[in-house]
Amino acid sequence: MSLPAIKQVTGKGVYIPGDDIDTDRIIPARFMKCVTFDGLGEFMFYDVRHDPQGNKRKHNLNDPRFAEASIIISGNNFGCGSSREHAPQAIAKAGFKAVIAEGYAEIFFGNSTQLGIPCVAVSAADRAKLAAAVEADPSVEITVDVDKLEVRFGGQSVPCTMREANRDALLSGRWDPISDLIAGAEEVAAVAAKLTYMQ
Amino acid sequence: MAKSLYEKVWDAHAVRQLPNGATQLLIGTHLIHEVTSPQAFGMLRDRGLTVKYPQRTFATVDHIVPTDEAQEPYSDPLADAMIKALRQNCKDFGVTFFDTDTGKQGVVHIVGPEQGITQPGMTIACGDSHTSTHGAFGAIAFGIGTSQVRDVLATQTMAMSKLKVRRINVDGALRKGVRAKDVILHIIMKLGVNGGTGYAYEYAGSVFDAMTMEERMTVCNMSIEGGARCGYVNPDETTFNYLKGRPYCPKGAAWDEAVEKWRGYASDPDCQYDDVVNINAADIEPTVTWGVTPGQAIPISANIPMIADLPEDQKGTAVEALEYMQFNEGESMKGKKIDVVFVGSCTNGRFSDLEEAAGYLKGRKVANGVKAICVPGSQVVSMIAEQKGLHKIFMEAGFEWRGAGCSMCLAMNPDKLVGDQLCASTSNRNFKGRQGSITGRTVLMSPLMAVAAAVTGEISDAREVFGL
Ligand code: SF4
Repeated sequence: MSLPAIKQVTGKGVYIPGDDIDTDRIIPARFMKCVTFDGLGEFMFYDVRHDPQGNKRKHNLNDPRFAEASIIISGNNFGCGSSREHAPQAIAKAGFKAVIAEGYAEIFFGNSTQLGIPCVAVSAADRAKLAAAVEADPSVEITVDVDKLEVRFGGQSVPCTMREANRDALLSGRWDPISDLIAGAEEVAAVAAKLTYMQ
Repeated sequence: MAKSLYEKVWDAHAVRQLPNGATQLLIGTHLIHEVTSPQAFGMLRDRGLTVKYPQRTFATVDHIVPTDEAQEPYSDPLADAMIKALRQNCKDFGVTFFDTDTGKQGVVHIVGPEQGITQPGMTIACGDSHTSTHGAFGAIAFGIGTSQVRDVLATQTMAMSKLKVRRINVDGALRKGVRAKDVILHIIMKLGVNGGTGYAYEYAGSVFDAMTMEERMTVCNMSIEGGARCGYVNPDETTFNYLKGRPYCPKGAAWDEAVEKWRGYASDPDCQYDDVVNINAADIEPTVTWGVTPGQAIPISANIPMIADLPEDQKGTAVEALEYMQFNEGESMKGKKIDVVFVGSCTNGRFSDLEEAAGYLKGRKVANGVKAICVPGSQVVSMIAEQKGLHKIFMEAGFEWRGAGCSMCLAMNPDKLVGDQLCASTSNRNFKGRQGSITGRTVLMSPLMAVAAAVTGEISDAREVFGL
């Protein structure tokens, strides 16, 4: 199966402030009682967006100014906690195509790449610049350039980073590795044959 | 060349380099549960794929099982649909399922070791971040997402990049009342919740050498809370003694051969690490969290930090955490009134955890107004505990005694906090809303400290309560 190469993503941004935003916050566990990923989008950040009575809280994600956003901007250690792919799935199903944060938890980062959602890391200072830019003008166009490793917005450009193997996977259209993994079946069998416990 | 266990296991399981630069890694043991597997089986069906090595895949059900209701259909139709989907998937694809009627069901990270499925030198993956638990046996074990569950089901491999290895030495003698849970909370407090990003943690030193397997599991379990995708302890006699005679372990001559092989996986004494951290065991105290990440923790004798004293990059989250927890900077955690006590989870729901808790509960009562529940991590734990009469001690003290499952560790079954209840919990995550109420508050601690909180009705120093 051939996949599109993901070289850059362009869209509007929304800032979700905070460090250590865990996957329980991105998709609370009670919404994971499902056997498909369909419909997760509406529950993304549900408890961040709603109070205990279900009323909408004041949050950028509820603000109509950011309704068209397709790029999340956030702090450090984004996506920590549970390995639930429901988190990047919810983000994707809610219409987001890329994440810009100061850093990511390992599993979330890998899960996102495999779904074709680039997650790039920027410095705290650049994250602040980006956040200020979208707060000032929500219509500002942001480009996450995976190829050049930079984030461009409103005439500015800041550097970003991404783990090399994941970047390659996006750029070469091999972010979902299933076909490549299947193609290695013979070599897999040879390695398995050397491991007693696999017999 | 001298190698660490991580490198040896990696090399033994690396199949080839993929065109995108990642490694195709063979996953020896694949564990699955009801929450993160149905979509993966769905993807297999969509693509007409099968499970490549069904004999190396093991399933159980844990997150959604009600712990106070044994009969199906469960009163929650969503939960009922999930257990039935897993049962059907296991049947259709030929996967062993430790179902609720087998006497072997339980939290996946408790079931694997107790059945002897978890062994040294393996690569183990599961769609669950606390798969790091299995590293206690000298395995490379880590959590994966559902698309990777699909990859492992379909090919028994996944794409992965090699991690760096940080050795964490804890040497010296632990002080009275300090448990494995305190050791790992201390490590996370020191290194941070993202300090382990990009690393596997190798736990070494006299403290881990002296630990039982169940204690090592408690430590490895929470590696992920420190940002490390996996954590391990080198296999030794303690490991082999634990495994001997377990259902899925080799027997007879094959056992001796296996032990020889397992021994060889231990890190070579002169191998190079990417980083080394040394911790003095005597510096560790019974530790509790005060915030909404496992790293926001303090020794019980200390006070919640003053915001001004924190590093710049921690101030924001600390202010937010204190507001959520309804605590103030500079306060002691001791004396905070609790509403709920939860003893259980894949961190501290094993037999030794329950045995210790029962030992201190005997002849005591849960404080008035406190709801206390004890949830064995598996049906096997539950059976052994009941044979030894622990359930009676818990119940006489005023605890509820439940069936096996994840229970109040997370909000996917009927066991939940209500409103802004404060819970003394032996689980591993104190995230906002983690225990099922979006304003619920969790304080993580060892089973010993949880029992001290149960009998006093407030966060307490177990050493003072029990005269340790
Ligand atoms: S006990 Fe808690 S942490 Fe462990 S697997 Fe269950 S939900 Fe996850």
